[in-house]
Amino acid sequence: MPVFYDTEVTSRLMLGTAQYPSPAILADAFKRSGAGIATVSVRREAGGARAGQAFWDIIRALGVHVLPNTAGCHSVREAVTTAQMARELFDTNWIKLEVIGHADTLQPDPFGLVEAARILTDEGFAVFPYCTEDLVLCERLVEAGCRVLMPWGAPIGTGLGLNNIYGLRSLRAHFPDLPLVIDAGLGLPSQAAHAMELGYDAVLLNTAVARAGDPAAMAEGFALALRAGRLGYEADPMEPRDMAAPSTPVLGRAFT
Amino acid sequence: MTGAVTIRGAGVVGLCVASELMARGISVTLRDPAPAPGAHGCSWWAGGMLAPFCEGVTAEEPVMRLGQEAADWWEAQGVEVIRRGSLVVTLARDRRELDQFARRTTGHRLLTGAELAALEPHLADRHDRALFFEGEAHIDPRAALLHLRKRLQEAGARFEQTDAPPDGPVIDCRGLAAQDSLPDLRGVKGEMVVLRAPDVSLSRPIRLLHPRFPLYIVPRGDGVFMLGATQIESGDRWRASVRSVMELLSAAYALHPAFGEAEVVEIGVDARPAFPDNLPRITVRGGTIHANGLFRHGFLLSPAVARMTAALVTRENEKPEFAHEDHG
Repeated sequence: MPVFYDTEVTSRLMLGTAQYPSPAILADAFKRSGAGIATVSVRREAGGARAGQAFWDIIRALGVHVLPNTAGCHSVREAVTTAQMARELFDTNWIKLEVIGHADTLQPDPFGLVEAARILTDEGFAVFPYCTEDLVLCERLVEAGCRVLMPWGAPIGTGLGLNNIYGLRSLRAHFPDLPLVIDAGLGLPSQAAHAMELGYDAVLLNTAVARAGDPAAMAEGFALALRAGRLGYEADPMEPRDMAAPSTPVLGRAFT
Repeated sequence: MTGAVTIRGAGVVGLCVASELMARGISVTLRDPAPAPGAHGCSWWAGGMLAPFCEGVTAEEPVMRLGQEAADWWEAQGVEVIRRGSLVVTLARDRRELDQFARRTTGHRLLTGAELAALEPHLADRHDRALFFEGEAHIDPRAALLHLRKRLQEAGARFEQTDAPPDGPVIDCRGLAAQDSLPDLRGVKGEMVVLRAPDVSLSRPIRLLHPRFPLYIVPRGDGVFMLGATQIESGDRWRASVRSVMELLSAAYALHPAFGEAEVVEIGVDARPAFPDNLPRITVRGGTIHANGLFRHGFLLSPAVARMTAALVTRENEKPEFAHEDHG
């Protein structure tokens, strides 16, 4: 199982906690999928004087690792302040760092991301950066102190799956020992299985589960797909080839 | 528990429960810290849509089933119920949202652009498809609250302006204030805007599906429209954020540019009282019945909750559907 900043988690599935029909269904999704990490947005739900307390108590009661995020932050300063607030609220130095660079596609701002990652690492945070699959950006993030990378599959909430297989594969090859998590863009379990087959360590989902007609069933579907994909990866799959190879021996069959 | 009952909280639940009890010949005293329905209560900020089928897209099944009682109930109380259905539309690039909404709801039919234009001429040429929920209705929630209160008063109900818990049989119909005895109750913040847009004419609630900024618009008559509502996991009842208001206004503007010329009449905010499954609960604990947690379905589900609560009081039915096993 993946190890993030010296903490081993029990599942390859991380779930976001926004947009569910109700907290009861959210809890059900966690239970049925066995997801090991819950990401929580601090910014929007904060509303000043700990007004989001009741909801956060529900998240804590899930009994999983809490990974607060800086969702919705569009600048370095905003992201840093939000991270500091999250550390106090959740008593954790883990932070999923989002610095959004484009309002429509919610694409990460690579320049702001590196800067914020450096500041937060210096302040003792364990940074989980939401990034693109750009190799150079990822190198900079590692130089800034990130020990996990979270490239997108596709833009947040689109459900388009893995948009750049080549890029994701070369990222995996380039960082063989770093935990890599597909963050954002997945819509179907098969896409999560594919991420596992590429050797990724985990996936993070929110919309795909929360906005499914039956979120708990979808969460379980993803958990099963992750297991299938990971087994496929670990089993060292055959190489594709052009020549057909019969799986049943033809020996003994009459010549026709 | 018969004869005389005290109800704590004179919001939509309290007033509906009082009405059901009075109808069964039980005399009622309502206690509320405020003198009359108003801005202090969550019910004041409601949309007033009686839209059980649309709500069914995310709500649990009882909301859709029991919500269908609401329109008749309000009408029987003498409240003006506008039965013109409701419409669901999307912006052009989100048309798949409409397909998904249609798959996950019942009680609708698909309209062509021309059919939509016939129903709502001001939406003509703006959408080529819409879902029409013909069986849905809407009311003016503030008028409904004031009307129920007046009607109860005329029928002999007593109103006491106090927060103090009374002696004797009690029904707790408070909103978030009931957190003091129901720790599972949480606030879900909602922000709304009221606009006066004389250039826009709509005769039924319109829902705009949007992946980020969903919106509904309820016409209140005389060119007044209520825009709602955000849904944020927070118990904050006082601060409407710029972002939320901006999102509501942008969505309205995208629905019809004439909203750009509208006058902002009111910006409202409160927190809906909700349990973890976002369904109401009726909890019996000692001499008190708690009927709370109506979430965003105050006007839609209070009639059913009131009927169940009254049946519990008169012992017609001691196991109502929303009965909650109390282990607290």
